[in-house]
Amino acid sequence: MKIVIKNGHVVDPSQGIDGVCDLVMEDGKIKEVKSEKSKGKGQRHENNRGTKEIDASGKLVLPGLVDLHVHLREPGYEYKETIRTGTAAAIRGGITSLCCMPNTNPVNDNSSVTEFILKKAASEGACRVFPIGAITKGQKGEELAEMSIMHEAGCVAFSDDGRPVTDSLMMRRAMEYSRILKVPLISHCEDLALSAGGVMQEGLLSVTLGLKGIPPQAEEVMVARDIALAELTGGRLHIAHVSTEGSVALIRSAKKRGMADVTAETCPHYFSITEEAVGSYDANAKVNPPLRSRKDVEAIKQGLHDGTIDVIATDHAPHHRDEKLGEFDVAPSGISGLETSLGLSMRLVDEGVLTYSGLVEKMALKPSGIVGIDRGTLRPGAEADVVVVDCSREYRVDAGEFLSKGKNTPFDGWALSAKPVLTISLGRIHEWE
Amino acid sequence: MGLKSKDLVGIKALDAADIEQILDTAAGFKDVLGRDIKKVPALRGKTTVNLFYEPSTRTRTSFELAAKRLSTDVINFSVSTSSVVKGESLRDTALTIQALGADFIVVRHPCSGVAHFLANNLDASVVNAGDGTNEHPTQALLDLFTIREKKGVIRGLEVAIVGDILHSRVAKSNIYALKKMGAGVRLIGPPTLVPDVLKDLDVEIYSDMEKGLKGADIVMMLRIQVERQGKGFFPTTVEYFRNWGLTPERLARAKESALVMHPGPMNRGVEISSDVADGMRSVILDQVTNGLAVRMAVLYLLAGVKG
Repeated sequence: MKIVIKNGHVVDPSQGIDGVCDLVMEDGKIKEVKSEKSKGKGQRHENNRGTKEIDASGKLVLPGLVDLHVHLREPGYEYKETIRTGTAAAIRGGITSLCCMPNTNPVNDNSSVTEFILKKAASEGACRVFPIGAITKGQKGEELAEMSIMHEAGCVAFSDDGRPVTDSLMMRRAMEYSRILKVPLISHCEDLALSAGGVMQEGLLSVTLGLKGIPPQAEEVMVARDIALAELTGGRLHIAHVSTEGSVALIRSAKKRGMADVTAETCPHYFSITEEAVGSYDANAKVNPPLRSRKDVEAIKQGLHDGTIDVIATDHAPHHRDEKLGEFDVAPSGISGLETSLGLSMRLVDEGVLTYSGLVEKMALKPSGIVGIDRGTLRPGAEADVVVVDCSREYRVDAGEFLSKGKNTPFDGWALSAKPVLTISLGRIHEWE
Repeated sequence: MGLKSKDLVGIKALDAADIEQILDTAAGFKDVLGRDIKKVPALRGKTTVNLFYEPSTRTRTSFELAAKRLSTDVINFSVSTSSVVKGESLRDTALTIQALGADFIVVRHPCSGVAHFLANNLDASVVNAGDGTNEHPTQALLDLFTIREKKGVIRGLEVAIVGDILHSRVAKSNIYALKKMGAGVRLIGPPTLVPDVLKDLDVEIYSDMEKGLKGADIVMMLRIQVERQGKGFFPTTVEYFRNWGLTPERLARAKESALVMHPGPMNRGVEISSDVADGMRSVILDQVTNGLAVRMAVLYLLAGVKG
């Protein structure tokens, strides 16, 4: 079947495209991107049976987004999210490929769990799922997991996300060993002794709310350690959910020195809101690392602008409503982010932090490159993963309408303008009002 | 006039007029408590539930007696802290108690924000009897009542609060209340327990107790949790007392008329010497007595809000 998306503003940094074009797809692959000029001449009206035409006038047409950091919760925590609901939410958010973190139950620390996830995703998933395996068995930080066998089974990266690899020697070995696979280790940077059971950013607000604080340094000392280990080992390091000014500075200087193979991601909540969102003990604003201060938010934006931060990922962490209702100290950390990611990130374009092209790089092209998947592009021959975005109408975020089981978001009720209205993934067209 | 909220969750949400009103009302009840017959029928037919997730003797007893003096029925509901993590959820417990017809829920809980949560989720009036390291508003109100009773005014006084400010809900509520009422506040203790960021609340911070006490009108001591020793907050209770224990010599740095306060229970020889605790300037037992009148005033005024 042939699909043509006509007259949309196509943005594809992989080909340097940023303008009104027609996007032609055939048999599940991108066929061509036709610019105004080339389509003017000798235009044949072969508009007949077998071709679906979609008018995207006034809308953005982007490669389907690629999310490096998602918790699908299955197996083990199906009451929070399943592969079915999580991928449906991704599609709603314009995300056509996602990498799922291994902190399931059982942990994805062996190939049979990897195979289970891929099998489930193939039968129930609305988008492509690329599993991330655990670095250590049970994410306990004690013994390496079978990285190479898991890689063969389909894992594209390794991470003990949710917990850091505390033992520096273990992290060193993991980085050295992972070189045989040329895949990144995704590090959740947190010095657990320093964060000491904290539940929000440390500062006046944490003291006056009586909540235990986590200083930015709990993240930064581990970012510094992991950069040092990446220099030592030559392993590939990808730093997850960067949230502080100090981390941005460390990564910037590491990239400048050029001795470590390091990339980094941040999440929409770290450039959209501050610790103030905790307000009166709103557990929907409880996330790890915690929401930081105004100056951290500004530094994250600067890091995105100057290329220090390569990727915007969601760290989609759905939880059951009951878990977020009650004592703030007891509520689990995490934000359900798949369905607000693009809307929040597009604000960076409005603010001049990123161009359209820069945004697509951070949300599609670069994440694909980091985990080595052939996505995030509209080059001829690539998978027909596409999202059409309407930026012309303001809408209200309504968590109750999320396709994700996780309604836990501090952005409920926010007015956003960028809204995916059509996503093409796995040969299916998903369309919304 | 009257309070604006159906709940007393914290001092943060009150203004100076609210505080003054509570203190004035408490003065009336203190007269009642001095009479031969100490009970008034003001809230007859109402029900007070003491919902305590932390062990407490003095605060629970004080609330119980205050509620009884106002002729409400009182039920004590103690929940072991283990159920914070397992078993019935906080919300379910609270809704159950409300369904029993409670008009007032007096709550103490080890987690900050719980009083706030209950206030938002229940129709009953919620009174915070201490939530985590957040607030303990009735303790601050009874401290202010005691200060006003002894000194006549609060505005312009210099109040030194000594000890574990970081973990003390009593200190927090007192800081907010004293600042709202125009007193000067100094916080004294080791930097591990007195976060610098509190300077943003327009208070002075001292680690040197001698300096901090100089010219103070009120010296408010806090209980030191002995468990904090060995966790890196301070080496030993012996060293703590050496640096921040209130002795007669140290007290001499404060004004001659300075009062000594403590919310109890005291650790004699850890934060306060017996000479001072039992000395002429100690008003520690007055605080306990006044607590009753203040809690009566709070319940009475909150009942007025609900009509």
